[in-house]
Amino acid sequence: MQRFAALLDALVYTRSRNGKLDLIADYLRTAPDPDRGWALAALTDATSFPAVKSSTIRNILMERVDPVLFVLSRDFVGDTAETASLLWPQPITDVMPPPSLAEAVGALANMTRVSVLTELPRVLDRLDADGRYALFKLATGGLRVGVSARLAKTAFAQAFGVSVEEVEEYWHALAPPYTELFAWAADGAPPPDTEALPLFRPFMLAHPLEDTEVDLTDYVAEWKWDGIRVQIVHAGGETRLFSRTGDDVTGSFPEMAGALDFPAVLDGELLVRGSHQGGEAGGAASFNALQQRLGRKTVSKTTLESYPAFVRLYDVLLLDGEDLRELPWTARRTALEKLMPRLPSDRFDLSPVVDADHFEHLTEIRAGARDEAIEGLMLKRRDSAYVAGRRTGLWYKWKRDPLLVDCVLMYAQRGSGKRSSFYSDYTFGCWDGDPDAGAELLPVGKAYFGFTDEELRQIDRHVRTHTVNRFGPVRETDRSLVFEVAFDSVHASKRHKSGLAMRFPRINRIRWDKPAHEADKIETLRALIRD
Amino acid sequence: MTAPFTWIRPEPHGIHVVPADCWIDPSIAVPNALVTHGHADHARGGHGRTVATPETLAIMELRYQTREGAMPVQYGETISLPGDVKATFVPAGHVLGSAQILLEHAGERIVVTGDYKRRPDPTCPPFQPVSCDVLVTEATFGLPVFRHPPVEHEISKLLAARERYPDRCVLVGAYALGKAQRVIAELRRAGHHDVIYLHGALERMCRLYEEFGIDLGDLQLVADTPKEKLRGATVLCPPGALNDRWSRRLPDPITAMASGWMLVRQRARQRNVELPLVISDHADWGELTATIKEVDPAESWITHGREEALLRWCQLHQRRARALALAGYEDEDD
Repeated sequence: MQRFAALLDALVYTRSRNGKLDLIADYLRTAPDPDRGWALAALTDATSFPAVKSSTIRNILMERVDPVLFVLSRDFVGDTAETASLLWPQPITDVMPPPSLAEAVGALANMTRVSVLTELPRVLDRLDADGRYALFKLATGGLRVGVSARLAKTAFAQAFGVSVEEVEEYWHALAPPYTELFAWAADGAPPPDTEALPLFRPFMLAHPLEDTEVDLTDYVAEWKWDGIRVQIVHAGGETRLFSRTGDDVTGSFPEMAGALDFPAVLDGELLVRGSHQGGEAGGAASFNALQQRLGRKTVSKTTLESYPAFVRLYDVLLLDGEDLRELPWTARRTALEKLMPRLPSDRFDLSPVVDADHFEHLTEIRAGARDEAIEGLMLKRRDSAYVAGRRTGLWYKWKRDPLLVDCVLMYAQRGSGKRSSFYSDYTFGCWDGDPDAGAELLPVGKAYFGFTDEELRQIDRHVRTHTVNRFGPVRETDRSLVFEVAFDSVHASKRHKSGLAMRFPRINRIRWDKPAHEADKIETLRALIRD
Repeated sequence: MTAPFTWIRPEPHGIHVVPADCWIDPSIAVPNALVTHGHADHARGGHGRTVATPETLAIMELRYQTREGAMPVQYGETISLPGDVKATFVPAGHVLGSAQILLEHAGERIVVTGDYKRRPDPTCPPFQPVSCDVLVTEATFGLPVFRHPPVEHEISKLLAARERYPDRCVLVGAYALGKAQRVIAELRRAGHHDVIYLHGALERMCRLYEEFGIDLGDLQLVADTPKEKLRGATVLCPPGALNDRWSRRLPDPITAMASGWMLVRQRARQRNVELPLVISDHADWGELTATIKEVDPAESWITHGREEALLRWCQLHQRRARALALAGYEDEDD
């Protein structure tokens, strides 16, 4: 338990991704079984101990320390688990040595709502403050150490010199503490059997096209739809929907769970039906509509009716027990088109191929695509196999040109990691009227990339010399610097005072030359709303 | 006879010793000041007369470039103030020259602790408990969550990081008066005798400590040192320089900070600290409550810090106590 606690603490204080990878990889290599498997489960949020709630922790503390002192401490520390770990009265008598992580997991798993009140204190007595903190975080879930499941898996791959795609491939076949996964990666045992299980298969991803031009005899063009990329899997009688990160999102989209009933792994874009974008009835609604469906644990009937989901299919990976991933795209496309009649049409449609004779023609089509429910174009090599990850030269994404607006820098905040000490996160605004007639700036967005290191140094200098106010790590600047901000789309939002929210805003150009009063007005931005 | 303790009055900008018309640690310039220690929020400049230990006066002179009105008083020495008030300066164990002030008048004894700690500190004499009727105590770390670990433990964390990353340097943010010198002295005590490199802002205070006989070993300025020589080295700077442009001249620094606040993870994270060192020059919860028990005053007055919690503790232990609202004390960097 102490080693796990030390790992969590080190992760809390390490900001760089590589630093975190090294810490986790080092732990996974050297910690014993099954502790390391449980640590991996905790890092990927794959554990659950329903008997221990944040309120349980508060209650057992309140029995031992004065409630007023507890509340004052909690207010100051800002985290119940941390407060409790610090306040826990050290037992005076000799206690048993600290439990191993696996022992702690076993104890937590056996606790009930009632027994937790006597069992949890017994484990806490055996730990120091850092150990208690780790135990609380483990028990209540959500470690908040800035490690995604993907990062943890990458660290696992790094630790044992295996590919992260393989780890992803086997991951969903196994349960904590992943003994078979360690046996395979660390000791060379045969890989886990993934047949007949509804598992996530790693996605094939695309590089941005940038200045490349491709020959359309080698590449096929498809629309890039503005939804979320999903994989729908049916195996062993079960259907699952996975997001790009491999998270199981079936619960948020129950209507999809019953839509596939033969063994297959399909790749597509999850969209919500609607006519807001594209104009044609029954088309896809905007991303904003889809957002109404994201991150929900339970879905109401009204939501299901107002925002019905469907998947627009791009590809087929496995079909009727056969792995098609080695086949060229053309062959997989034929298989996909052939299987469409087997799917319910209200839940699936086929992403059409975009007809273009040559690249210039395609450029025109893309330029005219502003009003469609699309993000841009995909270019896929006709002879490409379906390979996990981002492989050069096989798939390209060619997003439509961004929208541009001139905004004024309002606030700047220091960055982290490489950019610590630099003011690198910028909040910018547009005028709510005529700036020469006393209009105010209202914040419309925040961006922290799109500029070079040299430009960062220049903006940093500007911020330091134009500060008018400080709020902790944030500086308010005078309204003198104009950014040309690029963004993919803009939506109505109640979250911001301006009533607008941008998607993917980034600094396109720094307009050192442009006077602030010539920056854009809110109404200009509002006119770009499409939903 | 006047009602008990009315001759001393807490006011928003300091503690007023009425019969002597002098102030303890006033936050504004006054004709007569008694100063407990040299931190800027306690030792303001511009007073007519300043009574303090020689060390504190030297620190103030370094900061304000004047000795005007300085009246040194040694530890243990009792001086007479107007209005039949006697004042004695007693070691507080906080930083070099730090003192509690015992005031006696009309048969009543009041002790103002100033900032203090009970842990050993190689840079200043230890806190001496003084029996009194009223104890005016600080409460900077006045919450039961604060249990400062042994300083040796934190120093070993620093040394371990240095061992582990020989190509980087450990950059320790430490308050320029007291904390920096204590960290250096503790490193020396732990057997670390390599050159320790300093940010320019720490140099004069370290020299002053050495003039008062505190040996800090070989110290050199970062500004005089090529970057390559700083690999594997220990570097100290004021907390404000940790994330500043200044630190970019260092070889891939491990950002550490020596402060009692580092006990709280989010506090450390907010400052981008990778290596939090829980080293405080203030009493932790255990020291605060043990001191009240040991001194056993008829009344405790609680100042600057988390007064509420210590007040609550006094209530729970049937001790008379009140919270004073004094302005102008900062605790951000300790």
